[in-house]
Amino acid sequence: MHEMALAQGILATALDAASSNDAVKIGRIKLLVGEMTNVEPESLKFCFTALAAGTIAEGAELDISITPLVGRCSVCGSEFPVKGYYFICTQCQSSSVEIVSGRELRVEHLEVE
Amino acid sequence: MEIKVMTDILDANEQLARSVNARFSEKGIFVLNLLGSPGCGKTSLLEKTIADLKGDIRIAVIEGDLFTSKDAERIERHGVPVIQINTAGGCHLDAGMINSVIGDLDLEKLDLVIIENVGNLVCPAEFDIGEDAKATVLSITEGEDKPLKYPLVFRKSDAIVLNKMDLLPYTSFDLDAAVRDIKGINPEAVLVRASCRTNEGLGEWYDWLKLQVRKKRKTGE
Repeated sequence: MHEMALAQGILATALDAASSNDAVKIGRIKLLVGEMTNVEPESLKFCFTALAAGTIAEGAELDISITPLVGRCSVCGSEFPVKGYYFICTQCQSSSVEIVSGRELRVEHLEVE
Repeated sequence: MEIKVMTDILDANEQLARSVNARFSEKGIFVLNLLGSPGCGKTSLLEKTIADLKGDIRIAVIEGDLFTSKDAERIERHGVPVIQINTAGGCHLDAGMINSVIGDLDLEKLDLVIIENVGNLVCPAEFDIGEDAKATVLSITEGEDKPLKYPLVFRKSDAIVLNKMDLLPYTSFDLDAAVRDIKGINPEAVLVRASCRTNEGLGEWYDWLKLQVRKKRKTGE
Protein backbone atom coordinates (compact mmCIF):
# COMPACT_ATOMS: atom_id res chain seq x y z
CA MET A 1 0.00 0.00 0.00
CA HIS A 2 2.10 2.88 -1.31
CA GLU A 3 -0.71 5.38 -0.65
CA MET A 4 0.94 5.96 2.73
CA ALA A 5 4.14 7.12 1.02
CA LEU A 6 2.12 9.35 -1.30
CA ALA A 7 0.14 10.76 1.63
CA GLN A 8 3.44 11.60 3.35
CA GLY A 9 4.51 13.46 0.22
CA ILE A 10 1.24 15.41 0.11
CA LEU A 11 1.42 16.32 3.79
CA ALA A 12 5.07 17.43 3.57
CA THR A 13 4.35 19.55 0.47
CA ALA A 14 1.26 21.11 2.04
CA LEU A 15 2.93 21.87 5.39
CA ASP A 16 5.90 23.37 3.62
CA ALA A 17 3.78 25.64 1.42
CA ALA A 18 1.58 26.62 4.36
CA SER A 19 4.50 27.52 6.58
CA SER A 20 6.20 29.67 3.93
CA ASN A 21 2.90 31.59 3.67
CA ASP A 22 2.49 31.88 7.46
CA ALA A 23 -0.75 29.90 7.40
CA VAL A 24 -2.09 28.53 10.68
CA LYS A 25 -4.65 26.07 9.31
CA ILE A 26 -5.01 24.08 6.10
CA GLY A 27 -8.65 23.60 5.11
CA ARG A 28 -8.49 21.99 1.68
CA ILE A 29 -5.82 20.44 -0.54
CA LYS A 30 -6.52 20.25 -4.23
CA LEU A 31 -4.82 17.27 -5.90
CA LEU A 32 -4.48 16.20 -9.50
CA VAL A 33 -4.30 12.43 -9.91
CA GLY A 34 -3.81 10.95 -13.37
CA GLU A 35 -5.93 8.12 -14.71
CA MET A 36 -2.78 6.06 -15.28
CA THR A 37 -1.42 6.18 -11.74
CA ASN A 38 -1.64 3.39 -9.26
CA VAL A 39 -3.61 5.39 -6.73
CA GLU A 40 -6.74 4.44 -4.90
CA PRO A 41 -8.33 7.76 -3.82
CA GLU A 42 -10.18 6.40 -0.76
CA SER A 43 -7.06 4.72 0.50
CA LEU A 44 -5.07 7.91 -0.07
CA LYS A 45 -7.62 9.92 1.94
CA PHE A 46 -7.52 7.37 4.75
CA CYS A 47 -3.73 7.52 4.98
CA PHE A 48 -3.71 11.30 4.79
CA THR A 49 -6.23 11.65 7.62
CA ALA A 50 -4.10 9.43 9.84
CA LEU A 51 -0.88 11.29 9.08
CA ALA A 52 -2.33 14.80 9.32
CA ALA A 53 -3.63 14.32 12.87
CA GLY A 54 -1.91 16.75 15.21
CA THR A 55 -0.67 19.05 12.43
CA ILE A 56 -2.21 22.22 10.98
CA ALA A 57 -3.57 19.99 8.20
CA GLU A 58 -5.70 17.96 10.63
CA GLY A 59 -9.20 17.65 9.21
CA ALA A 60 -8.17 19.13 5.83
CA GLU A 61 -10.20 17.91 2.89
CA LEU A 62 -8.34 16.15 0.06
CA ASP A 63 -10.08 17.31 -3.08
CA ILE A 64 -8.99 14.90 -5.84
CA SER A 65 -9.50 15.54 -9.56
CA ILE A 66 -8.77 12.68 -11.93
CA THR A 67 -7.09 13.73 -15.18
CA PRO A 68 -7.76 11.62 -18.29
CA LEU A 69 -5.07 9.69 -20.13
CA VAL A 70 -4.06 11.63 -23.25
CA GLY A 71 -1.29 10.75 -25.68
CA ARG A 72 0.56 12.82 -28.26
CA CYS A 73 1.96 11.26 -31.39
CA SER A 74 5.59 12.27 -31.91
CA VAL A 75 5.28 11.61 -35.65
CA CYS A 76 2.12 13.51 -36.69
CA GLY A 77 1.62 15.55 -33.52
CA SER A 78 -2.02 14.67 -32.97
CA GLU A 79 -3.36 14.39 -29.43
CA PHE A 80 -5.93 11.77 -28.54
CA PRO A 81 -7.49 10.07 -25.51
CA VAL A 82 -5.76 6.74 -24.94
CA LYS A 83 -8.43 4.05 -24.63
CA GLY A 84 -7.72 0.59 -23.23
CA TYR A 85 -4.05 1.53 -22.74
CA TYR A 86 -3.51 1.19 -26.48
CA PHE A 87 -0.64 3.57 -27.27
CA ILE A 88 -0.94 3.63 -31.04
CA CYS A 89 -1.68 6.94 -32.79
CA THR A 90 -5.31 7.04 -33.88
CA GLN A 91 -4.39 9.22 -36.89
CA CYS A 92 -1.20 7.73 -38.35
CA GLN A 93 -0.85 4.40 -36.47
CA SER A 94 2.60 5.35 -35.21
CA SER A 95 3.78 3.56 -32.06
CA SER A 96 5.72 6.59 -30.87
CA VAL A 97 3.26 8.13 -28.44
CA GLU A 98 4.12 10.19 -25.37
CA ILE A 99 1.84 10.73 -22.44
CA VAL A 100 0.78 14.38 -22.09
CA SER A 101 -1.79 13.87 -19.34
CA GLY A 102 -2.88 11.06 -17.07
CA ARG A 103 0.32 10.57 -15.04
CA GLU A 104 -0.18 13.50 -12.66
CA LEU A 105 0.35 13.13 -8.95
CA ARG A 106 0.40 16.78 -8.03
CA VAL A 107 -0.61 19.15 -5.25
CA GLU A 108 -2.21 21.98 -7.20
CA HIS A 109 -3.26 24.40 -4.50
CA LEU A 110 -4.16 24.76 -0.84
CA GLU A 111 -6.87 26.67 0.93
CA VAL A 112 -5.50 28.00 4.20
CA GLU A 113 -6.31 30.40 7.01
CA MET B 1 -6.56 32.30 1.19
CA GLU B 2 -5.49 30.10 -1.69
CA ILE B 3 -1.86 29.11 -2.21
CA LYS B 4 -0.75 27.86 -5.62
CA VAL B 5 1.59 24.92 -5.12
CA MET B 6 1.92 22.83 -8.32
CA THR B 7 4.38 20.39 -6.73
CA ASP B 8 4.61 16.77 -7.79
CA ILE B 9 3.99 14.48 -4.85
CA LEU B 10 6.85 12.20 -5.85
CA ASP B 11 9.20 15.12 -6.44
CA ALA B 12 11.44 14.40 -3.44
CA ASN B 13 11.81 10.76 -4.47
CA GLU B 14 12.50 11.70 -8.07
CA GLN B 15 15.18 14.21 -7.13
CA LEU B 16 16.87 11.62 -4.97
CA ALA B 17 16.55 9.04 -7.75
CA ARG B 18 18.39 11.42 -10.11
CA SER B 19 21.19 11.90 -7.61
CA VAL B 20 21.46 8.12 -7.07
CA ASN B 21 21.63 7.62 -10.81
CA ALA B 22 24.32 10.30 -11.11
CA ARG B 23 26.53 8.46 -8.61
CA PHE B 24 26.34 5.25 -10.66
CA SER B 25 26.67 7.14 -13.95
CA GLU B 26 29.93 8.79 -12.85
CA LYS B 27 31.41 5.31 -12.89
CA GLY B 28 29.64 4.23 -16.08
CA ILE B 29 27.58 1.63 -14.20
CA PHE B 30 24.28 0.51 -15.73
CA VAL B 31 21.49 0.15 -13.16
CA LEU B 32 18.51 -2.10 -13.81
CA ASN B 33 15.29 -2.09 -11.77
CA LEU B 34 13.90 -5.63 -12.01
CA LEU B 35 10.16 -5.86 -11.40
CA GLY B 36 7.43 -8.48 -11.38
CA SER B 37 4.89 -10.35 -9.24
CA PRO B 38 5.89 -12.69 -6.42
CA GLY B 39 6.87 -16.00 -7.99
CA CYS B 40 7.22 -14.75 -11.58
CA GLY B 41 10.88 -15.81 -11.63
CA LYS B 42 12.80 -12.58 -11.01
CA THR B 43 15.35 -14.29 -8.80
CA SER B 44 15.67 -17.28 -11.14
CA LEU B 45 16.31 -14.95 -14.06
CA LEU B 46 18.87 -13.11 -11.95
CA GLU B 47 20.63 -16.34 -11.00
CA LYS B 48 20.84 -17.43 -14.64
CA THR B 49 22.02 -13.98 -15.70
CA ILE B 50 24.76 -13.87 -13.08
CA ALA B 51 25.96 -17.41 -13.78
CA ASP B 52 26.16 -16.79 -17.53
CA LEU B 53 27.46 -13.21 -17.60
CA LYS B 54 29.67 -12.79 -14.55
CA GLY B 55 32.74 -13.80 -16.57
CA ASP B 56 32.23 -10.79 -18.88
CA ILE B 57 30.45 -8.25 -16.74
CA ARG B 58 31.12 -7.21 -13.15
CA ILE B 59 27.74 -7.50 -11.48
CA ALA B 60 26.33 -6.56 -8.07
CA VAL B 61 22.80 -7.10 -6.83
CA ILE B 62 20.58 -5.17 -4.46
CA GLU B 63 17.74 -7.34 -3.18
CA GLY B 64 14.49 -5.78 -2.03
CA ASP B 65 12.37 -8.04 0.11
CA LEU B 66 9.65 -7.49 2.69
CA PHE B 67 11.22 -9.40 5.59
CA THR B 68 13.56 -12.19 4.53
CA SER B 69 17.02 -12.59 3.03
CA LYS B 70 16.09 -15.75 1.10
CA ASP B 71 16.70 -14.19 -2.32
CA ALA B 72 19.97 -12.57 -1.24
CA GLU B 73 21.20 -15.97 -0.05
CA ARG B 74 20.41 -17.46 -3.46
CA ILE B 75 22.38 -14.69 -5.18
CA GLU B 76 25.30 -14.88 -2.75
CA ARG B 77 26.00 -18.48 -3.82
CA HIS B 78 26.94 -17.12 -7.25
CA GLY B 79 29.83 -15.17 -5.77
CA VAL B 80 28.78 -11.62 -6.61
CA PRO B 81 28.33 -8.75 -4.13
CA VAL B 82 24.77 -8.62 -2.84
CA ILE B 83 23.07 -6.17 -0.51
CA GLN B 84 19.80 -6.94 1.23
CA ILE B 85 17.22 -4.23 1.85
CA ASN B 86 14.27 -5.27 3.99
CA THR B 87 11.34 -2.94 3.56
CA ALA B 88 9.68 -4.33 6.74
CA GLY B 89 6.34 -4.73 5.03
CA GLY B 90 6.78 -1.77 2.67
CA CYS B 91 5.44 -2.64 -0.77
CA HIS B 92 8.20 -1.03 -2.86
CA LEU B 93 11.77 0.22 -2.80
CA ASP B 94 12.31 3.97 -2.98
CA ALA B 95 15.29 6.09 -3.99
CA GLY B 96 16.22 6.80 -0.37
CA MET B 97 16.68 3.09 0.35
CA ILE B 98 19.08 2.71 -2.58
CA ASN B 99 20.87 5.92 -1.63
CA SER B 100 21.53 4.57 1.85
CA VAL B 101 23.27 1.41 0.58
CA ILE B 102 25.35 2.78 -2.33
CA GLY B 103 28.28 3.25 0.05
CA ASP B 104 28.39 -0.52 0.62
CA LEU B 105 29.23 -1.18 -3.05
CA ASP B 106 32.69 -0.84 -4.54
CA LEU B 107 31.68 1.23 -7.56
CA GLU B 108 35.17 1.09 -9.05
CA LYS B 109 34.72 -2.62 -9.64
CA LEU B 110 31.26 -2.76 -11.23
CA ASP B 111 29.65 -2.56 -14.66
CA LEU B 112 26.09 -3.54 -13.76
CA VAL B 113 23.89 -3.22 -10.70
CA ILE B 114 20.62 -5.12 -10.75
CA ILE B 115 18.07 -4.10 -8.16
CA GLU B 116 15.42 -6.74 -7.58
CA ASN B 117 12.37 -4.85 -6.40
CA VAL B 118 9.70 -6.13 -4.02
CA GLY B 119 7.43 -8.63 -5.82
CA ASN B 120 4.49 -6.41 -6.78
CA LEU B 121 3.15 -5.03 -10.07
CA VAL B 122 1.51 -1.98 -8.51
CA CYS B 123 3.53 0.20 -6.16
CA PRO B 124 7.10 -0.18 -7.48
CA ALA B 125 5.94 1.19 -10.84
CA GLU B 126 5.43 4.63 -9.28
CA PHE B 127 8.82 4.94 -7.58
CA ASP B 128 12.00 5.53 -9.54
CA ILE B 129 15.01 4.33 -7.57
CA GLY B 130 17.89 5.70 -9.64
CA GLU B 131 17.77 3.11 -12.40
CA ASP B 132 18.70 3.54 -16.06
CA ALA B 133 16.03 1.07 -17.16
CA LYS B 134 13.23 -1.05 -15.83
CA ALA B 135 12.65 -4.67 -16.80
CA THR B 136 9.44 -6.46 -15.87
CA VAL B 137 9.08 -10.23 -15.68
CA LEU B 138 5.63 -11.71 -16.37
CA SER B 139 5.23 -15.46 -16.09
CA ILE B 140 2.88 -17.64 -18.08
CA THR B 141 1.16 -18.93 -14.94
CA GLU B 142 -0.01 -15.43 -13.97
CA GLY B 143 -2.44 -15.21 -16.88
CA GLU B 144 -2.51 -13.09 -20.02
CA ASP B 145 -4.80 -10.46 -18.47
CA LYS B 146 -2.07 -8.95 -16.28
CA PRO B 147 -0.67 -6.35 -18.70
CA LEU B 148 -4.06 -4.63 -19.00
CA LYS B 149 -4.68 -4.97 -15.25
CA TYR B 150 -1.32 -3.40 -14.37
CA PRO B 151 -0.55 -1.26 -17.42
CA LEU B 152 1.72 1.26 -15.71
CA VAL B 153 4.52 -1.16 -14.90
CA PHE B 154 4.48 -2.48 -18.47
CA ARG B 155 4.34 1.03 -19.94
CA LYS B 156 7.37 2.12 -17.91
CA SER B 157 9.49 -0.92 -18.73
CA ASP B 158 12.29 -0.92 -21.28
CA ALA B 159 12.32 -4.70 -21.46
CA ILE B 160 9.61 -7.24 -20.69
CA VAL B 161 10.45 -10.88 -20.12
CA LEU B 162 7.65 -13.39 -20.65
CA ASN B 163 8.96 -16.11 -18.39
CA LYS B 164 8.14 -19.82 -17.90
CA MET B 165 7.47 -20.29 -21.62
CA ASP B 166 8.07 -24.01 -21.07
CA LEU B 167 4.76 -24.15 -19.16
CA LEU B 168 2.72 -22.74 -22.03
CA PRO B 169 1.36 -26.14 -23.25
CA TYR B 170 0.04 -26.92 -19.75
CA THR B 171 -1.97 -23.73 -19.28
CA SER B 172 -4.77 -21.84 -21.04
CA PHE B 173 -2.53 -18.76 -21.29
CA ASP B 174 -3.42 -16.84 -24.47
CA LEU B 175 0.03 -15.86 -25.77
CA ASP B 176 -1.28 -13.84 -28.73
CA ALA B 177 -3.49 -11.76 -26.44
CA ALA B 178 -0.64 -11.15 -23.99
CA VAL B 179 1.73 -10.05 -26.76
CA ARG B 180 -0.95 -7.86 -28.39
CA ASP B 181 -1.73 -6.12 -25.07
CA ILE B 182 1.93 -5.61 -24.17
CA LYS B 183 2.67 -4.22 -27.65
CA GLY B 184 -0.32 -1.87 -27.32
CA ILE B 185 0.71 -0.59 -23.89
CA ASN B 186 4.38 -0.29 -24.78
CA PRO B 187 5.20 -0.72 -28.46
CA GLU B 188 8.83 0.34 -27.93
CA ALA B 189 9.80 -2.16 -25.22
CA VAL B 190 11.94 -5.19 -25.98
CA LEU B 191 9.82 -8.32 -25.46
CA VAL B 192 11.67 -11.56 -24.72
CA ARG B 193 9.98 -14.96 -24.46
CA ALA B 194 12.05 -16.95 -22.05
CA SER B 195 12.31 -19.92 -19.76
CA CYS B 196 14.86 -20.19 -16.99
CA ARG B 197 14.38 -23.98 -17.03
CA THR B 198 14.95 -24.63 -20.74
CA ASN B 199 17.12 -21.51 -21.34
CA GLU B 200 14.81 -20.44 -24.17
CA GLY B 201 15.21 -16.75 -24.95
CA LEU B 202 17.96 -16.14 -22.41
CA GLY B 203 20.46 -15.32 -25.14
CA GLU B 204 18.19 -12.54 -26.36
CA TRP B 205 17.85 -11.21 -22.81
CA TYR B 206 21.62 -11.26 -22.33
CA ASP B 207 22.16 -9.46 -25.65
CA TRP B 208 19.81 -6.68 -24.58
CA LEU B 209 21.45 -6.40 -21.17
CA LYS B 210 25.01 -6.47 -22.54
CA LEU B 211 24.13 -3.75 -25.05
CA GLN B 212 22.83 -1.50 -22.26
CA VAL B 213 25.97 -2.10 -20.19
CA ARG B 214 28.23 -1.32 -23.18
CA LYS B 215 26.34 1.87 -24.00
CA LYS B 216 26.50 3.05 -20.39
CA ARG B 217 30.19 2.26 -20.03
CA LYS B 218 30.90 4.46 -23.06
CA THR B 219 29.03 7.44 -21.64
CA GLY B 220 30.99 7.05 -18.39
CA GLU B 221 34.34 7.16 -20.13
